[in-house]
Amino acid sequence: MNFQPTKEQEFVRKMVRSFAETECEPIAADIDKEHRFPVETVEKMAKYGLLGIPFPTELGGAGGDHISYAITVEELSRVCASTGVICSAHTSLCCWPIFNYGTAEQKEKYLPDLLSGKKLGAFGLTEPGAGTDASGQQTKAVLDGEEYVLNGSKVFITNGGYADVFVVMAMTDKSKGNHGITAFIVEKGDAGFSIGKTEDKLGICASSTTELIFENCRIPKDRLLGKVGQGFKVAMSTLDGGRIGIASQALGIAQGAFDVTVDYMKSRKQFGRSLSKFQALQFEMAEMKTRIEAARLLVYKAAFKKDQHVPYSVDAAMAKLYAAETAMYVTTKCVQFHGGYGYTKDYPVERMMRDAKITEIYEGTSEVQKMVIAASVFGK
Amino acid sequence: MKVIVCAKQVPDTNEIKINPETGSLIRDGVPSILNPDDANALEEALKLKDMYPDTHITVVSMGPPQAQDMLFECLAMGADEAILLSDRAVGGSDTYATSNAISAVIDKYKKEFGDFDIIFGGRQAIDGDTAQVGPQIAEKQHLPQVTYVVDFKLSDDKKTVTVKRQLEDGYEEIEVKTPCMLTCTKELNQPRYMSMKGIFNKDKKITVWSAADCEVDLSVVGLKASPTNVYRSFTPRPKGKGVMVAGDTEAEIAANLIASFKEKHII
Repeated sequence: MNFQPTKEQEFVRKMVRSFAETECEPIAADIDKEHRFPVETVEKMAKYGLLGIPFPTELGGAGGDHISYAITVEELSRVCASTGVICSAHTSLCCWPIFNYGTAEQKEKYLPDLLSGKKLGAFGLTEPGAGTDASGQQTKAVLDGEEYVLNGSKVFITNGGYADVFVVMAMTDKSKGNHGITAFIVEKGDAGFSIGKTEDKLGICASSTTELIFENCRIPKDRLLGKVGQGFKVAMSTLDGGRIGIASQALGIAQGAFDVTVDYMKSRKQFGRSLSKFQALQFEMAEMKTRIEAARLLVYKAAFKKDQHVPYSVDAAMAKLYAAETAMYVTTKCVQFHGGYGYTKDYPVERMMRDAKITEIYEGTSEVQKMVIAASVFGK
Repeated sequence: MKVIVCAKQVPDTNEIKINPETGSLIRDGVPSILNPDDANALEEALKLKDMYPDTHITVVSMGPPQAQDMLFECLAMGADEAILLSDRAVGGSDTYATSNAISAVIDKYKKEFGDFDIIFGGRQAIDGDTAQVGPQIAEKQHLPQVTYVVDFKLSDDKKTVTVKRQLEDGYEEIEVKTPCMLTCTKELNQPRYMSMKGIFNKDKKITVWSAADCEVDLSVVGLKASPTNVYRSFTPRPKGKGVMVAGDTEAEIAANLIASFKEKHII
C-alpha cells in the first residue's frame, strides 16, 4: 500500500490549484450571484487539457489517471463548485460512456472534440417521474427505418444549456423494464431536440441545469450507444464513475470552506484574542480536518480502483456518501464560525454551504449510495 | 529555430524567513519554485514555438538533483527537453562561477546539437537578486545581449530580433542579430500554466550532466573559484509603528502635527 502521490499527481494539483486560484476564484462569487455559466473558464480548461484527463492521448486525452482527474475536480471545487461540476459532468458522464461503450467510429467522431474541450458533454437520465427509480423512464425511442425517433423529456441536466453532445437514455421496450432502456448519442441541433427550462437552484448557480426536450427527434441509427437494451447498464456504470467526480467536488468544497475558515479564525478577534486561540473551536477544526482527510482517502481509493480496472462501485458509493456528508458538515460549521459574516455573501462560506447540499442529491442521493453499499453487505 | 532558456530553481521567497541569530536562511518547509523571471523567459520561447512549431526549446539549469522538479514543470509548460548540470564541484558558485559553469553547458550543447539562435534568461533570480548571471553568460559566449526585455519581435527571416528594453525613466528599442542573449522581465508576458498533456508526456526527458560530462574547467567553478561570497544575511530591523495624529477637527489635527514637527525640530 502506498499513499504517496506520483510526481504527475503532485504537478496536477500544483497546476490546477494555480489555475483555480487565478482563473476561477476571482469570479466565483460574481458568477454565482449572476447565475452565469463561465464560458471563458471552460475555454481555458479546454486549452490546458482539463476536460480530457483520464483518456488516452491517441483519442485526444491527456493520458492521465482517475486520481489526477479527482484531484482536478477537487481543486476546482475548492474555490468554485460550479466549475468543478462542469468538468465532472463532461468527463465522467459524457466522455466516459462514449469511450467505454462507443464503437470505433463513434469514438473517432466524438472523443477528439470532447476531450480537447472543443465540444462540451452532458448526460440525460433523470426525468420528472424517474429520479432514484431510473427504471421509470418515459422517454421513448422507436426505430423507424434508418433512424430512431425520440419523444419525451429529461430534467436537471448538468451542462444542458451549453453542451454539444448528450448521452441520453430512452426506453426502447417498456415491457422489459430496466432491460428495455437503451443509450443514444444526441447532438445539439438535431431536429426535434431542444433545451427547455433552466433551473433556478439553491447552489452551484453558475452551472447550467436544464430540461432536454425531444419532440419527434430523429437521429441516425448509428447513434445507438452500446447495445439495444443495455442502457441501464450504461447509465449505472457511468454513474459509478460520476460519483468519483461528485465525491471529489464535495471534498473540494469541504477543503475550500475549511481553508478560508482557518484564515478567518486567525484574523478575527473576540474577547481579546483570535478565534484560532479558543480550544473549543480548535477541536471542532480538528474534527473537520480528520473528516476531510478520511473523505479524501475514500475518494482516491475509489479512483485508484477504477484505474486498476477492478470493481469500484461500492467504493465510489462510500466515497460519495461520506464526502457529501462531510461537505455539508464542514460548510455548516464554517458558516457558524464566521458568525453573522458567514451568513452574508461577503464571505465565500455562504456560497460553499449552498453548493455543498447538491452533492448529497445528484448522481445518486445519499440514500441511493446506502442502497448500493447495503447491497454489498446483504445482497440485492 | 533552436532556443535555449536558462532557468533556476529558487526558494519561494514569499515563504522564506531568516534565522535572526545565525543570519542564515531557514529553508525547511519552504517550497522550491521556478524563478518567476525565468518563467517569463520560457514563456517567450514558447510563444515563438506557438508561431513556429519547429522551434526546439532546451531549458538549461544548474543545481542539486531536486532541481529536476522545476525542469519537469518547464517541460510540462511546453519545453522540448531539459539539461541539468548537477555536481558537487559547482556547488557554492557565485555569479561569476555559475556563468562559467552554464557557459560550459552551452559549449557542450553546441557540440551535441549545433548552433542555437537565442538564449532567453530571466532578468534576475529572487533568491540572489543580482541580475548578473545572464549578462556574464552572454560575455563568455561572445553574444550580443539585451537586458530588461519587455517586448520581443522576431524578423521574418529570423535573423534579427527587435526588443524593447526597460530603463528607469523610459525604454530603448534595440535591433539585435541572432544568436543573442536576452534577459526577460515580468512585464514581457504572462507565463502559461503547465498543461495536462505536458504533465503526462512521457517522451520528454531531463538529462543530468556532471561537471566532467560538460568538460567544465574545475578551476573556475565552485565555492573556491567564486570571488564573492555571502558574509551574512539579516532581516532589516523593522521600522517603528507610525504615529496617528489625533484631534477633533481638521484644524486641531493640523496644529497637533505642526507641534510634533516642532518638537522633533523638523520645523
